[in-house]
Amino acid sequence: MQRYSGFGLFKHSFSHHENWQRMWRNPTPKAVYDVVIVGAGGHGLATAYYLAKVHGITNVAVIEKGWLGGGNTARNTTIVRSNYLLDESSALYEHALKLWEDLSQDLNYNVMFSQRGCYHLCHNLQDLRDAERLVTANILNGIPNELLDTRQVAEEIPYLDCSPNTRYPVLGASVQRRAGNARHDAVAWGYARAADALGVDLIQQTEVTGFRKQDGVVIGVETNKGFIGAKRVGMVVAGNTGPLAAKAGFRLPVESHPLQALVSEPIKPIIDSVIMSNAVHGYISQSDKGDLVIGAGIDGWVGYGQRGSYPIIEHTVEAIAEMFPVLSRVRMNRQWGGIVDTTPDACPIIGTTPVKNLFINCGWGTGGFKATPGSGHVFAATLAKGEPHPLAKPFSIERFHTGALVDEHGAAAVAH
Amino acid sequence: MLYIFCPHCGESRSEEEFAPAGQAHIARPLDPAACSDAEWGEYMWFRDNPRGLRHELWLHAAGCRKYFNATRHTVSYEIVETYKIGEKPSFSETVDEPQPQAQGATA
Amino acid sequence: MSQINRLASGGRIDRSKPLSFTFNGQSYQGYAGDSLAAALLANGVDIIGRSFKYSRPRGIVAAGAEEPNAILQIGARADTQVPNVRATQQALFGGLVASSTNGWPNVNNDLMGILGKVGGKMMPPGFYYKTFMYPQNMWLTYEKYIRKAAGLGRAPTENDPDLYDHMNRHCDVLVVGAGPAGLASALAAARSGARVILADEGEEFGGSLLDTREQLDGMPAGEWVAKVVAELKTFPEVVLLPRSTVNGYHDHNFLTIHERCTDHLGDTAPMGPFARPARQRLHRVRAKRVVLAVGAHERPLVYGNNDVPGNMVAGAVSTYIRRYGVAPGNKLVLATNNDYAYKTALDWLDAGLKVVAIADARSNPRGSWVEEARSRGVRILTGSSVIDVKGSKHVEAARIAAIDPHGFRVTSPGEWLECDLIASSGGYSPVVHLASHLGGKPTWQEDILGFVPGNTLGVQARVCAGAVNGVFRLGDVLADGFEAGAKAASETGFGAVSGELPRTEKRIEEPTLALFQVPHDKPTARAPKQFVDLQNDVTAAGIELAVREGFESVEHVKRYTALGFGTDQGKLGNINGLAIAARCLGVNIPQMGTTMFRPNYTPVSFGAVAGRNAGALFEPKRYTALQAWHVKQGAKFEDVGQWKRPWYFPKAGEDLHAAVARECKAVRDSVGLLDASTLGKIDIQGPDAREFLNRVYTNAWTKLDVGKARYGLMCKEDGMVFDDGVTACLADNHFLMTTTTGGAARVLQWLELYHQTEWPEMKVYFTSVTDHWATLTLSGPNSRKLLSKVTDIDLSPDGFGFMTWQEGKVAGVPARVFRISFTGELSYEVNIQADYAMGVLEAIAEAGQEFNLTPYGTETMHVLRAEKGFIIVGQDTDSTVTPFDLNMGWCVGKTKPFSFIGWRGMNREDTLKAGRKQLVGLKPVNASDVLPEGGQVVFEPNHPKPIPSAGHVTSSYMSSSLGHGIALALIKGGLERMGQKVYAPTRDGRLIEAEIVSSVFYDPKGERQNVV
Repeated sequence: MQRYSGFGLFKHSFSHHENWQRMWRNPTPKAVYDVVIVGAGGHGLATAYYLAKVHGITNVAVIEKGWLGGGNTARNTTIVRSNYLLDESSALYEHALKLWEDLSQDLNYNVMFSQRGCYHLCHNLQDLRDAERLVTANILNGIPNELLDTRQVAEEIPYLDCSPNTRYPVLGASVQRRAGNARHDAVAWGYARAADALGVDLIQQTEVTGFRKQDGVVIGVETNKGFIGAKRVGMVVAGNTGPLAAKAGFRLPVESHPLQALVSEPIKPIIDSVIMSNAVHGYISQSDKGDLVIGAGIDGWVGYGQRGSYPIIEHTVEAIAEMFPVLSRVRMNRQWGGIVDTTPDACPIIGTTPVKNLFINCGWGTGGFKATPGSGHVFAATLAKGEPHPLAKPFSIERFHTGALVDEHGAAAVAH
Repeated sequence: MLYIFCPHCGESRSEEEFAPAGQAHIARPLDPAACSDAEWGEYMWFRDNPRGLRHELWLHAAGCRKYFNATRHTVSYEIVETYKIGEKPSFSETVDEPQPQAQGATA
Repeated sequence: MSQINRLASGGRIDRSKPLSFTFNGQSYQGYAGDSLAAALLANGVDIIGRSFKYSRPRGIVAAGAEEPNAILQIGARADTQVPNVRATQQALFGGLVASSTNGWPNVNNDLMGILGKVGGKMMPPGFYYKTFMYPQNMWLTYEKYIRKAAGLGRAPTENDPDLYDHMNRHCDVLVVGAGPAGLASALAAARSGARVILADEGEEFGGSLLDTREQLDGMPAGEWVAKVVAELKTFPEVVLLPRSTVNGYHDHNFLTIHERCTDHLGDTAPMGPFARPARQRLHRVRAKRVVLAVGAHERPLVYGNNDVPGNMVAGAVSTYIRRYGVAPGNKLVLATNNDYAYKTALDWLDAGLKVVAIADARSNPRGSWVEEARSRGVRILTGSSVIDVKGSKHVEAARIAAIDPHGFRVTSPGEWLECDLIASSGGYSPVVHLASHLGGKPTWQEDILGFVPGNTLGVQARVCAGAVNGVFRLGDVLADGFEAGAKAASETGFGAVSGELPRTEKRIEEPTLALFQVPHDKPTARAPKQFVDLQNDVTAAGIELAVREGFESVEHVKRYTALGFGTDQGKLGNINGLAIAARCLGVNIPQMGTTMFRPNYTPVSFGAVAGRNAGALFEPKRYTALQAWHVKQGAKFEDVGQWKRPWYFPKAGEDLHAAVARECKAVRDSVGLLDASTLGKIDIQGPDAREFLNRVYTNAWTKLDVGKARYGLMCKEDGMVFDDGVTACLADNHFLMTTTTGGAARVLQWLELYHQTEWPEMKVYFTSVTDHWATLTLSGPNSRKLLSKVTDIDLSPDGFGFMTWQEGKVAGVPARVFRISFTGELSYEVNIQADYAMGVLEAIAEAGQEFNLTPYGTETMHVLRAEKGFIIVGQDTDSTVTPFDLNMGWCVGKTKPFSFIGWRGMNREDTLKAGRKQLVGLKPVNASDVLPEGGQVVFEPNHPKPIPSAGHVTSSYMSSSLGHGIALALIKGGLERMGQKVYAPTRDGRLIEAEIVSSVFYDPKGERQNVV
């Protein structure tokens, strides 16, 4: 692998940058792999990388129907945090966050992970109780988290309207200072380049059309370019999980919904951290390029069109204008949608499936990007060992049968 | 923004008046006690999630407050029919990929 | 400075109305009718900004929405700043203040430019992925400087003085674009009688007809425009919207139109006679049919140093000459691959200026305009193009050489020609954006070398007309437009229309030659920079490098190089960029495909998207009928959902704790008054009402007699509690259900869901009566005495028992009185029709004086109920708590015949297992301690991290009645741990020790509610 550094850039400038190598090969698929991963999004590529790096399994293919990193990896709002409420989920996301902290160096690819802090605003007394619950839960788990009062919030977030005259005045906020943003595309490319260098075959423009089984055991995948054999298959296809699971012959507690986001035109730095408000329904950060990156809500219906309904955008923009009235004259450049696989408890499904040797990693809902390294890491272990990684264990499909949900969803309590 | 024909009101209205309520035709088991935990879990949470036509339950929340069903394509978002609870859908084949509409096709 | 580039005559400007404006602090003059860009060019302003990455000087290149460079900061005051205004689309007004967004110390002498020249070599696309990684902890420092350099304009620092609004519209035909195709289309549709909306982004209708040298019926095209607009105005069903951009085409033919109502008049909307009008309006349109007559954007050619100020798109030069009377130079070189660009040379000659040469990449052009230019003595170099430009701050010369476009090479040394303006034209790209907003892929049309709208993925009932369809001849455009309008109208049920279209001149037009990037004699990576996307400093070499590094899909190229990521979303550069990528990959352009097109077509201010749903109208506030009284009593309010509820009623000098202690004492000692009107109330009637309650509540309702009331818990199918409340039997088939304040709508919807979809055979009806009844709760040992002063109802303990209700008059007004208690004290909930509530309240307050009747808020209510161990759903529960977890198994009808909602769910493996979190009381060992509400508690405080949580505190207060802190908490296996200790590690580092106790702290036998 051609090593990247500032010196390398300097050196290559003398040859007009004509000698940079490909970041990954365009290989012809082999007949059979130890592991085939379906889906070259961030999670799939990370899985391949850790399979090769941690478990020494390099006879691996990642099969992608489009271009790598082209699904939700390319369409999210790039937030990384681990301040989840429940032990099971915070452990998983914190595992990811720790990997994020060294990721650029590990991959020799600058994924621009910057720990600029993530604030959850509180607008009512129940928000404050929930924040206390979250912050103290995180602290017990060794995940630093702080609770701020209105005055501190106003000092730390300059243009946030903290006056008592707003519809839902800001009463405080929790802040995870190690949270932040990363450059989404770079994560996919960095993992792809590093996995490729370790021998993983990245096979783009190849669509998995079915699973070949023998005695209930998967032995490979059918693709539009022919059969590819595999000893184990991992399915990491956010936004396409339902249809592919149907092809493998099972159903999941997963629905795929549009999730929208939007950006402003690039402006000079005005927002230095990630700011989220559940009560007002908006969240915002600013990219290094200067765009305000704003996450909108989820549409209530199943949709694979990578677009959602306009009122969702409206409500989000209203919320942003309520939180930051100075942004009213700033202009929205572009909106888009991704397809998120939602589960009843807002937690992922990682582990075995009813088909032997076929493993699944899905259901990350609105929060998959932040988990990318952790998800790949535990899923690689799951594929390597044939049984769930300890951090993945609580996230089996069986929990929807026994009732042992990891209910991050419900823990965000309802109004009373 | 979807434009939805409410079969109770007999009019098309914007999506803002409606609330989606998940997959249609999920009947509550008549004898819950006879269901295993797994079966009860499937009833509560496991759903069809196709690319293609899907039968969905909708509520005309800011209108007549009545529930009805819609057959909608999950990629094109086209609603091919809406019908009252208890009625049968006329369209139900699911297709893998959307059938792109010709330019000028009607809504 | 005088307007050195203003022509002596011509243009659609009003020379009698000079307007002053400033740019970068210097004053200039333009005329009414100018765009800001036109006025800047008229004044000879070459450099309007510095480029994003290399800090190269940049000038205006286009005249419309596709302009990538002229992105300016507008606004005279801190609160009226607008960042990133496209000068080509901003009308000039008197007093306009504009400035560049980059450049230090100023745009003409930018020190960053020097850095850009040196450092630029080290900044190929994606350079930031390859560096700034070491040392690890320096990234935030590097990033700080990157962020400072990035971004264009500045957000205002003070709140917007302006208003915005929305308008919902329906129409038969929405015509997008009022150029030749759009006008003809609107005319046809309007004549058929259809309801038509015609919207155009320009200051006036006409589009390309406003500056074309072509004539209609032998007259200037503008005269036909005026005639059509005049006719359209005669139709009452036609809405004309100039300055209105259709910015998004959403599902099911829903489109948004962004109208700039006053942006052409000043920084802020001028005050109207009664109020300030909206600065901008967003029209939300549901159209039966849409005619997209949105035209095409001319592409520039990509050649060396094509970004030096003085390089423009050919059509824009014509626009400035003919529409604004501005010629941005004296000596023109034109580079083209098509016939249409020759019009610019002819316009230039007509303005009395010199055309140095035309470089036509085609070998033998013979079209009518070509011949006209030739006959006027213009030097035409065929088979040639501009390959390089001289000049640092402005064009000084162009190098023209013979090229072989197919072999992608230069075939002659060429010559340098002195000039001060280079206009280029590389063909026309139909504006396929709106047609592609729903995910449809545009189709490549080889004969016009452009993408045209293709199939749509979503539902778009649309017709395309004119240049967007790849139809470019004016006569054909008009015919196509008229036909499209007629078709759209007839498809919505209107009759056929006819009409004569104006006569156009007959000409020979020859095909365009495929040329995007012009070859240079050096390889692209070594040639002078050939810019593709000017706003993001993306060069042809950058695209080559991206492909070389493996970025082969169009989305990859876009993302790696930032091609098309700017505020112009690549309107000028995208097709050139993907042509270059296709060349590098050896595929053709349609194989590359386009990137996704997404709203907005051009940017829309957040204010306009939010409309009036901002500030005080952001979300409705719900008040009870007694709000005015609460305000008079000095209440502090708490937001509960949309409701504003009195939180506490402080007297002078009291804080929350003092007020709550006083209020609690008043209730426990005498009587207090709570406004409980916000509780949800659902009137339930029908012969099956009782059975329905049996199914939706966990407990049994079969034996509830008329006149009685009962508490009930409601669960979801998973057995988790989701609401609670008291339901009273009003008559045999008639019940009144109460719900939590926040749950009212949710519960009604839940009841309707089950009734309508599962049990439609049941005869039962639900009506929300929350707002119809006001509820005054009198609570405390003196409540009976007080109420008896104002009611005719028999309140004797025997005549009016606990958990019953009576009808009668209170303060002379018909009332329903419920004897139920959420405080543990003797309590009456008086329900009165909301209209009468204030009068009744005043009578009660008057009567209550002798009992020190004390109003209390939600905080006191919470303390009093917590002392009794009564739960609040949503505070003491989340959606993971069963009735058994709450120690409320008594409220579950285990033997009910029908398997009610929740029963199966609470009998699953996980809900039955030991060690679940259960609701218990916590009593701090130190009486003055109050556990933090929400906080986690542990069994083993000294356990190394991670410390296992024992559960969390759901409610916690200082109980002044008991003299110590009390708390409710969900503790793992809590009901089996009575007497054990838990520890709350507080955020400030203390450790509060508490004992697990019963959740009923006060009056455990429940005697006080039966006080005689």
